[in-house]
Amino acid sequence: MTTYNFIDIPNSTATKFHLTSCNEMLVFNMLKLQNAIVELYRKAATSLPEDVETALRLACRKEEKGSNARAALSTILENIEIARAGERPICQDTGVPVFFVKASAGLSHLKLKEVIIKATRIATREIPLRPNAVDMLTDKNSGDNTGIGFPVIYIEETKDKKLTVDLMLKGSGSENIGQLYKLPIAELKAERDIEGIRKCVIDTIHKAQGKGCPPYIIGIGIGATKDQVTRLAKEQLMRNLDDVNKQKVLAQLEKRLLNDINKLGIGPLGFGGKTTAVGVKIGINHRHPASYFVDVSVSCWADRRARLEWKKVKSEK
Amino acid sequence: MKSEKLKVKKNKKIINLPLTKQDVLKLKVGDMVLINGQIVTGRDKLHKYLFDKKPLSEQIPFNLEGTVLYHCGPIIKKTPKGFKLVAGGPTTSMRVEMYEQRIISEYGLRGVMGKGGMGMQTLKALKENGCVYLHTIGGAAAYLAERVKRVAGVWKLEEFGMTEAMWILEVKDFPAIVTMDAHGRSLHEEIEKISFREFKKLIG
Repeated sequence: MTTYNFIDIPNSTATKFHLTSCNEMLVFNMLKLQNAIVELYRKAATSLPEDVETALRLACRKEEKGSNARAALSTILENIEIARAGERPICQDTGVPVFFVKASAGLSHLKLKEVIIKATRIATREIPLRPNAVDMLTDKNSGDNTGIGFPVIYIEETKDKKLTVDLMLKGSGSENIGQLYKLPIAELKAERDIEGIRKCVIDTIHKAQGKGCPPYIIGIGIGATKDQVTRLAKEQLMRNLDDVNKQKVLAQLEKRLLNDINKLGIGPLGFGGKTTAVGVKIGINHRHPASYFVDVSVSCWADRRARLEWKKVKSEK
Repeated sequence: MKSEKLKVKKNKKIINLPLTKQDVLKLKVGDMVLINGQIVTGRDKLHKYLFDKKPLSEQIPFNLEGTVLYHCGPIIKKTPKGFKLVAGGPTTSMRVEMYEQRIISEYGLRGVMGKGGMGMQTLKALKENGCVYLHTIGGAAAYLAERVKRVAGVWKLEEFGMTEAMWILEVKDFPAIVTMDAHGRSLHEEIEKISFREFKKLIG
């Protein structure tokens, strides 16, 4: 995950960032934050995270020389370089922007949302991003990637004295292949246990074939309510591919699933081959005795995520 | 290969548009191709429009006969020199499966290009009409944009917007792989069968 540090902001405003009573200061900070979020958009849209790129490079070497799979991955790798060098979007579908924000106490969530929306409009125009927000009733595209519930913004309060803004540009080819399961499922012989979860994930990828641009990164959320597991699954896509699940059982399941999925032979872009996925990440919540929801959220190979961290700095005077 | 329309360079077949049925019959699943000439884009809205409204060929400002319909919603910038394509990779083709069969036969397309493959209806139309499905590289929007030399025109921009309009693009060495041919073969169908066997083993 690329981390931006904005601790070098040349005045004491960063320190006063939390003093929401000081409205003037807040406005000033928010303007800087707005610019930083535009840059966050640029970073996410045009430059793939290092861990994902490394995984794709490894995958390319594994495919047979002269195969369609290898040709596809070499083109993908070349594309990543062209996009980064020219600051151009990696994919024309710049997706649904999904924000996971962690804000320290006292920072207005409403203000933060306002800043994100303003930054979205600017980023859409300047980078440019493809306008993707379509009105459900009129079918009109808003033209600036903002609308009802668009972009998606989740804000949580944190004890840390900093603001963390994680942004994912979620392509919809892969969003469309995600699935929500309610265990048990007789057809899959999937019961309410680890084995049942495993079967759901394999089912999602088997159904998806190459439609969502593999090699995939797969996020899984398990728990009590539909809305909660869906968000949890999506949050897993923000994890670095190299991180290991703290829960041993889940770490093992992630490893096993990655291995299983790559046995399906779907391969890069569905051309057939050894690599169908480069990462599987699982998150859990407690569940209700009656419920056992499993959500599988899939990212295309272009898992575009970026992080902005705004830390509190020791102030001058 | 003798045809002027279809040459072989290294291990790739060069396609110079427009194509004839004869040219198309020479293309086989697994062929890597490089496309030259003018292609048109079209995704969900354009397909629905062509399917529902059935505009006559004369009402469309570009002759679709022999060309490739590219499933793509590009990012296009308006510059003082005209339109410029910034990013233009493929979108998922399966969403237009219910429309494609008739559009292929109605407008004489020789190629449909996108990603993810298409279903049995389209496969049947490819065989009946002499057309191929070309799979280009999903997500490689910057790479593919470099192979678009010029935006030659646009149709339905006001009505459908940038993403859904029909753009006429002049391409050079635009890469794709034939994954469904005019002989009834589909790589997607074959991969699905292989993966289904594995799926059964994994699920138990």
